[in-house]
Amino acid sequence: MMISGAEIVIRCLQEEKVDYVFGYPGGSVLHIYDALFKQDQVKHILVRHEQAAVHAADAFSRSSQKVGVALVTSGPGVTNTVTGIATAYMDSIPMVVLCGQVPTQYIGQDAFQECDTVGITRPCVKHNFLVKDVKDLAVTIKKAFHIAATGRPGPVVVDIPKDITAQVCEFDYPKTIQMRSYNPVVKGHLGQIKKAVQILQEAKRPIIYTGGGVILSDAAEKLTQLARKLDFPVTNTLMGLGGYPATDRQFIGMLGMHGTFEANNAMHYADVVLAIGARFDDRVIGNPDHFGQEKRRVIHIDIDPSSISKRVKVDVPIVGNVADVLDELLKLLDGGFKTDPDAAQWWKQIEEWRSRDSLRYKQANHIMPQYVVEKLYEVTGGDAFVTSDVGQHQMFAAQYYKFDKPRRWINSGGLGTMGVGLPYAMGVLFANPGATVACVTGEASIQMCIQELSTCKQFELPIKIINLNNGMLGMVRQWQEMFYSKRYSQSYVTSLPDFVKLAESYGHVGMRIEKPEDVEPALRKAFTEHKNDLVFLDFIIDPAANVFPMVAAGKGLTEMILAEDI
Amino acid sequence: MRHIISILIENEAGALSRVAGLFSARGYNIESLTVAPTEDESLSRMTILTHGSDEVLEQITKQLNKLVDVVKVVDLSEAAHVERELMLIKVRATGKDREEMKRMADIFRGRIIDVTESTYVIELTGNSAKLDSFIAALDAGLILETVRTGVCGIGRGDRILKI
Repeated sequence: MMISGAEIVIRCLQEEKVDYVFGYPGGSVLHIYDALFKQDQVKHILVRHEQAAVHAADAFSRSSQKVGVALVTSGPGVTNTVTGIATAYMDSIPMVVLCGQVPTQYIGQDAFQECDTVGITRPCVKHNFLVKDVKDLAVTIKKAFHIAATGRPGPVVVDIPKDITAQVCEFDYPKTIQMRSYNPVVKGHLGQIKKAVQILQEAKRPIIYTGGGVILSDAAEKLTQLARKLDFPVTNTLMGLGGYPATDRQFIGMLGMHGTFEANNAMHYADVVLAIGARFDDRVIGNPDHFGQEKRRVIHIDIDPSSISKRVKVDVPIVGNVADVLDELLKLLDGGFKTDPDAAQWWKQIEEWRSRDSLRYKQANHIMPQYVVEKLYEVTGGDAFVTSDVGQHQMFAAQYYKFDKPRRWINSGGLGTMGVGLPYAMGVLFANPGATVACVTGEASIQMCIQELSTCKQFELPIKIINLNNGMLGMVRQWQEMFYSKRYSQSYVTSLPDFVKLAESYGHVGMRIEKPEDVEPALRKAFTEHKNDLVFLDFIIDPAANVFPMVAAGKGLTEMILAEDI
Repeated sequence: MRHIISILIENEAGALSRVAGLFSARGYNIESLTVAPTEDESLSRMTILTHGSDEVLEQITKQLNKLVDVVKVVDLSEAAHVERELMLIKVRATGKDREEMKRMADIFRGRIIDVTESTYVIELTGNSAKLDSFIAALDAGLILETVRTGVCGIGRGDRILKI
């Protein structure tokens, strides 16, 4: 039977078992929206800004194992998605973005709502397509899902001109797809894995350093087995949190710019680093020359060969899917593995570093942001999905909410996109209906996608917004305080709205909390009495609170500034 | 270090911009780039001349391999290969210079492929150094225009880049 291109798009989504599409209609996608209207298998979530559609699709993917899908119109619809696409790209999130385009014969003529979608998105997608023939539509969408979800995952854009969605052809959805130019490696090289085991046996000061790759390949349990077997300390990157239970004895905290004293020292002084699905980025190892001063052997497991030996020279590269490589590694370790006896001394050293208690903070008359996150952890039993925006609150959430499970910590690590928190919480709730979801944010970040409070009302999403309100761009202010002689250039947020009234005007519940003793009761009320409501908790916090420990930009990992130094 | 990278890439619209975009986005330099379809029209072969340390070259080849349209990448300069570049050069050819130009073209095994009363167009093929020395050997004032294709190269003997 011949069906239209628009119907083909929807049929493809059905074949891919897509439950939700986040989007916003417009001229060039009207045929697709019409096809969407005529069925009820694929549900459409109408956002209030295309950026939020992409963020929500991104979080849908982060919090599940599925590919998130967004649908937007041409021109401004597409340009509004660019931040969201780049955000997903930096964190390797599988996502398919379907974009309308002006009719084929108008392309290149500066038509109304035309933009060069393929050109604009090219540097921030894993791949993109412009569909030029309706006969290619189904196979292109199949390729898009295949490319997005395999190898190192990432966003894929499919640009579909309006005339293509009106033309008809037979629908035939390929079951599998072969591409001669795209065959990502999955299995690690056995010889390399054997070499890695040898080095792990010899390690006297070992560390397991893991990142988002563990989460993306659903390898958290395997990582836990491996760590138990080796009895090595484990540190996670910001993207890797939840990949290893944070409440476990072997977990020494997040590392990097705002990592713990023990994690950063252990990373620096380790003689063997087992890096798994992490990429030694600038926020993790600080100054690479300083990091290079210590001699160490590095084993690096990553699905992307270009992540290996990019910033740090690697001794044993293992290219492959983390879960598959860990399977092999565990099998080899079953053959009898003995941790070097000297490692006991290393643990003693780590405990000494740990005893510095580098996340300790002083209570004040004001509410401390760290305290809010600690209470949030208690009230939610440590089992909530926590999304965050970008800034001080993001670091506090990462440091003080102890994630024991993967896919619970949803934030923009690579691109550092302010404004993701609320749409991320939306995406999480669609992927995990009935889940407890908290969005830890600040008064500046939340305003970047505040319009989504309306979407939350429409779809009755009971998100708890934890607004750590210090009336300032906290992280900017912290850097200005420390490195710009307290010249607070443009870091004040004046003319803030009354967030309680704002939430209420959208039909939600608002609360303002100004005293430390009110923090816990407010949270309890929000998560019990208002379980089914969106609650905007506006915590007026200490405006002077800073994030510690801190490795200043350009400094070495061990050159930390601790709260006790200030 | 000077490197010649050969790429087999799907012959699709935008393939060139993916490669060129990668080089500019990651701060790698392109000294010359040539591209044309191969005997299999669904594939293009691209030759890029670049400079960089071993680490940079390792990243360039890895990043190129990551592009979904790229089928194969080889650093030709890693082993025995031949390379050639084509130049067309238009020179003033009047009076006593007319004979001199003809002589120079012969010495460099160039061919004169266009003749007017006052100009020649000389076609010259060779490695880049040969083309450079031809330009250096001419009186700069007589050179009206030059155009070069950039380097293309191929592995010697059994080194074959094909799918």
